[in-house]
Amino acid sequence: MKRNSVAIVGASETTELGKIPTMSQVQLHADAALNAIADAGLKLSDIDGVATGGHNAVEIAHYLGIVPKWLDGTSVGGCSFMLLVRHAVAAINEGLCETVLITHGESGRSNLGRHGSSIFPSLFQQQFERPFGVTRPPTMFTIPVLRYMKDFGLSEETLAMVSVVQREWAAKNPRASFKDPIDVNDVLNSKMICYPFRLLMCCLVTDGGGALILTKSDRAKDLKQKPVYIRGSGESCETPMISQMADFTSSAAFRVAGLNAFESAGIDHGDVNHLMIYDAFAHLPIYGLEDLGFVKRGEGGDFISDGNTRPGGRLPMNTNGGGLSYMHSGMYGMYALQEGVRQMRGTAPAQINGAEISMVHGVGGMFSASGNIVLTNVK
Amino acid sequence: MDNDQRELPKPTPETQHFWDGTRRGELRLQRCKSTGEVYFPPRHFCPSSGSTDIEIIRASGRATLHSYVISHLPAPGFTPPYAIAIAKLEEGPKMMCNIVECEQTPEALILDMPLEVSFEKVNDEITLPQFKPAEK
Repeated sequence: MKRNSVAIVGASETTELGKIPTMSQVQLHADAALNAIADAGLKLSDIDGVATGGHNAVEIAHYLGIVPKWLDGTSVGGCSFMLLVRHAVAAINEGLCETVLITHGESGRSNLGRHGSSIFPSLFQQQFERPFGVTRPPTMFTIPVLRYMKDFGLSEETLAMVSVVQREWAAKNPRASFKDPIDVNDVLNSKMICYPFRLLMCCLVTDGGGALILTKSDRAKDLKQKPVYIRGSGESCETPMISQMADFTSSAAFRVAGLNAFESAGIDHGDVNHLMIYDAFAHLPIYGLEDLGFVKRGEGGDFISDGNTRPGGRLPMNTNGGGLSYMHSGMYGMYALQEGVRQMRGTAPAQINGAEISMVHGVGGMFSASGNIVLTNVK
Repeated sequence: MDNDQRELPKPTPETQHFWDGTRRGELRLQRCKSTGEVYFPPRHFCPSSGSTDIEIIRASGRATLHSYVISHLPAPGFTPPYAIAIAKLEEGPKMMCNIVECEQTPEALILDMPLEVSFEKVNDEITLPQFKPAEK
C-alpha cells in the first residue's frame, strides 16, 4: 500500500448515540453520512465511491441518491470498516473512484429496520455449534478465555481491571454511555452472564452510526479539515466458528492483520502514541496487546492492570471508553476509527497531546476476522 | 433439556457421514492419507494439503476439557445455567459440546479433565455427540 497517499477528510458519528427510537438503521447510516460530508465541506454529489458493512451497500447508495463508480460491501463483522478503509485506499490509488464514503449504522438496541445478521451465517456453525446452545456473542466470544486464564495465570480480578480502566477513559467523554467510576468489586459483583464473564465485562448494546470520507492526500489540503493520513493497514480472517480457533490464547487474524499494518506503515511499537483495540468483551484488549506485539504472550492483563493504558499511562488505549463503556451498536469498528481520527485531528474529549500515530485494531465475529489501520497526522 | 426446541444440525453432503456415524454410535473424523493429518469439521479434502485422498476414521471418543463457559442466558431447549464446552479430541481436533452427567459448575468442570464421548439421540435422524467425565 502507498503510505500516506490517501487521507480521511471527513468523519462523524450519528448526531445522537445510545437509544435512537426515531431512526431506522438505514437512516442511521444516512445521518452519519450527511454529518461526515458536511464535516469535510463536500456535497453528496462529490461522492463517487460507497462502502458499508452489515447492511446492503446498494440500499445505502440508493438511499443517499448516489450512483457510485465503486462499491464495496465487505461484511465480516465489526472490523468490516477497517477492511473497507484498506480497500478504499487501494481503489482510490488505482483510480477506480476519487471520493469514498464509508458508512455504518446499526439499530442494535431499538432494532428498527434491522434485517438479517451483520455477519454471514456459517454452515458449519449451524451443524457443529448451534445445537449446543450458543446464541448471542456472550455465549461464543468468551469460550477461549478459561483456557487463556489457566495457561497464563490470568485472574478474574485482572480481567475485571480492563473494564475498570476503560471506564476511567469514558468518564472524560461526554458522549459515553457509562461514565460513573467502577472498581474490580463492582465488575465481579455484576450479574453473571456467561461464566467467567459478568455484565460489566461485556459491551453495551446501543444504536448509532458513523461515516468516513476518504480521498487522495494531495486533494485533502484544499478541504476543510486537518487531513488524517492512512499510513498502513492489514486484514485477515481465521474461522467462522469459535470452536475451531487454532489457539485459544491467540488470534491468527489479529497477528496477520497487525503485522501487515506495522510493516506497511513502516513503524515500530514504540512509534504508536495512541491505540484502539476493539473491546467487545474484556479479554479482547489482552489478546490484542499480545497478538499485535505490544507485550509478550501472557503479559497483556498485567500491562493493563499496572496502569500502562489508563489516562496518563505510556500507551493510551481505548480513549473513548471503548465498547465496554462508550457505545457498541454491534459492529463497533467504526467508532474505534472515529476516535482514532479525533485523536489525530486533536479534537478528542480525552486528547493525547502531541499524538502523531494512532493504531486502530478491529475484530469481526468471534475472533473470526480482523482489520488494522494506522493513522497519522504527519505526512 | 427440552430437545424439541434445540436448533438441530441440518446435514449436508460433506457432513452426512459424520451424522450417520453418531447415529450408529461412532464419532467419525477424516484423515489425509498423504500427511496423516486428522481434521474436523468434515470436507472432501484435507485443508492442509489440499489432497482429496482422504479416509474416514473412527475416533477413540477420548478427549479433554479444553475450555468452556457456563451460560446464564436464555436459549431455546436449554435450562440455564448450562456449560458450552470444547472437547479436545485425542486425535487432535476440537469439537463443541455440552458436558453431560456432570454438575454445571466451575467446581465440577475442571480444565483438562478427561472426557469421553456420549451419544445423545434426539430423533431418528439426529444423534448429537456430547461428552461426559471419563470413568476412572
